[in-house]
Amino acid sequence: MYKRLRQGDSGMVPVVIGLLLLVTYFQIRNAAFLSSGNLVNLFVQATIFILLGMAEIWVLLLGEIDLSIGITSVLGGAVAVILVDPQFHVSWFLALPAGILVVTLIGALYGMVVVRLNVPSFIVTLAGFLAFQGVLIYVVDSQGTGGTIPVHEKVLYNLVYGNLTPLWTWILAIVGVAIMCYRIIKRDMNRRSSGLVTEPMAYVIIKVVLLVAVGLILAKIFDANRGTFIVLRGMPFAIPIDIGVLVIGTFILTRTKAGRYINAIGGNSEAVRRAGVRVNRYRLLAFILTGITGGIGGLLYVSQLNGVNDGPPSTLTLYAIAAAVIGGTSLFGGRGKMIHAVVGGLIIATIYNGMALLSMGASTQYIVTGIVLLAAVTVDSVARRNSATR
Amino acid sequence: MDTTPESPNLTASSRGPSEQSGSGVASSSVPLLSLRGVSKNFGPVQAIQGVNLDVPDGQVTALIGDNGAGKSVLIKTISGIWPPSEGKIIWKGEEVHDHSPRTATALGIATVYQDLALCDNLDIVQNMYLGREETKFGALDEIKMELATNQLLKDLSVSTVKSVRQLVASLSGGQRQAIAVARAVMRDSRLVILDEPTAALGVSQTRQVLELIRTLSSRGIAVLVISHNLNDVFSVADRIAVMHLGSLVSNGPISDYDTNSAVELITTGQSSRVPTTLAPSS
Repeated sequence: MYKRLRQGDSGMVPVVIGLLLLVTYFQIRNAAFLSSGNLVNLFVQATIFILLGMAEIWVLLLGEIDLSIGITSVLGGAVAVILVDPQFHVSWFLALPAGILVVTLIGALYGMVVVRLNVPSFIVTLAGFLAFQGVLIYVVDSQGTGGTIPVHEKVLYNLVYGNLTPLWTWILAIVGVAIMCYRIIKRDMNRRSSGLVTEPMAYVIIKVVLLVAVGLILAKIFDANRGTFIVLRGMPFAIPIDIGVLVIGTFILTRTKAGRYINAIGGNSEAVRRAGVRVNRYRLLAFILTGITGGIGGLLYVSQLNGVNDGPPSTLTLYAIAAAVIGGTSLFGGRGKMIHAVVGGLIIATIYNGMALLSMGASTQYIVTGIVLLAAVTVDSVARRNSATR
Repeated sequence: MDTTPESPNLTASSRGPSEQSGSGVASSSVPLLSLRGVSKNFGPVQAIQGVNLDVPDGQVTALIGDNGAGKSVLIKTISGIWPPSEGKIIWKGEEVHDHSPRTATALGIATVYQDLALCDNLDIVQNMYLGREETKFGALDEIKMELATNQLLKDLSVSTVKSVRQLVASLSGGQRQAIAVARAVMRDSRLVILDEPTAALGVSQTRQVLELIRTLSSRGIAVLVISHNLNDVFSVADRIAVMHLGSLVSNGPISDYDTNSAVELITTGQSSRVPTTLAPSS
């Protein structure tokens, strides 16, 4: 781990250890922390941070940034809420993609300005943050509902508050774990049969056992009744949505040319250009992918709030960046994985959730989250400096 | 993404390069690359003028000269980055039109610049295949690329790399140079141009790179190497070409030169010991 840290790749181990320490601390202070009800609540709270963190990772990989994803994603969610409102009565089937499309188009617009006009993404998205904040207020206020538009559609509401049945929860967990184990074993067998260097067999077995254990524990948590007055069991829909985005995003990043180039551009864009790759095309694509992922995050956000209001969530963007960076994605480009947003998002949600359980105020939550973010960025900076001076 | 190089635009040269050679090359076969009267202007600035040069197959040609002599402009012209203002680029006896980086790549010209153009955040395999990745059912075929990379490094006797899955950031200067050269070779290159390959390398790393250059030429690949280090030049080159103030003032077999004559040519553009191709400009 120390060697990887010196190479500028701190990996995820320190972050996961940090998460476990936080969990241990909160559990010691409040025994309800690890109850299934609270854990499911924590996972749902984390879904927004995770999705927006994953959205941010696409541009962070390039060495760019999107300072407006918190606003634009909610704007997309607001469009979906307005379209399904009885006033317009558009089917959710069209309204939800329309909400995602809005954020995607904004991402494409940013990408065009950054790529074609060579304006720093920091400035472009800062301008977008201000402008789209105004648009969001205008859109919400113009509905004449007093600055708040509630969700009047069951599918949109159920994105966060609906649950899979316990049976489907188990099926999803078992199938998901089986596919992942199959991929790990198949990859190892392919490498062995090709005569390539492989990980020790014990390491592969440990990975498989850990996967099975985590899958079964999660399924058990989601399967437990967490209702007080009614029976409430099953995995919230938000979780498979997050997992789906994670799987697709990871596939694009690790198994496609586009993902390879987005990674490479963040490392040395001139080298990529000289390799004959149309760099600007992939820079634009990364901004579009940020939009798509952010759009999905925006739908979950309005679902979680059960509506949208004209008080824009100004800190949402910062949490998105924090989730990515705390998880291990570099602010300087060239290093990041979708799973980083998952771990980072879980850490932020754990701080929120745990401190609320301990009746600590918002002031403490902000301070602690800030310290964790600073620690993550410092580790990244130090690792990079060590790497550069080797 | 389109990384397929365009077909190079070739027409038979009206004059065979061996017939018109003003470079003193006494090769009976057609050189791999010939430059005839190649000049390059940047506005009023004449960077190189009237360069005649033959680069034969399977030999190492060293391009030497002082700073500002025009070496880098010449290799960038050969690489298609800057089209020549005047003159002809002839590849295997056929004139090349509309010379660009893509046509250069299609012809089999690969250039390894001083900065090596490697991505530190990618591993060796990923760098080797950057821009020309192998895919299977639309997904990257990592095993195929890794096997081919292992084989190529073995063929080139690059044995200092522990694993091809190492990040390039973790490699030494010599290893990085070897990877950049191997990448150039992997692209079915017929001519590999190396810009100062041993600059900033230690003694053992320099030795590794020079061995690699010899391996390339033994595989029938032409190498054009820019170097300021005359020890390196005399230990690895078959031919030498000297530039002075934008002109190619002398070139020929390495046996015609010694260190003193090379230094004379580099600093003054002329030497009493070897023939020059041009009177140096004042």
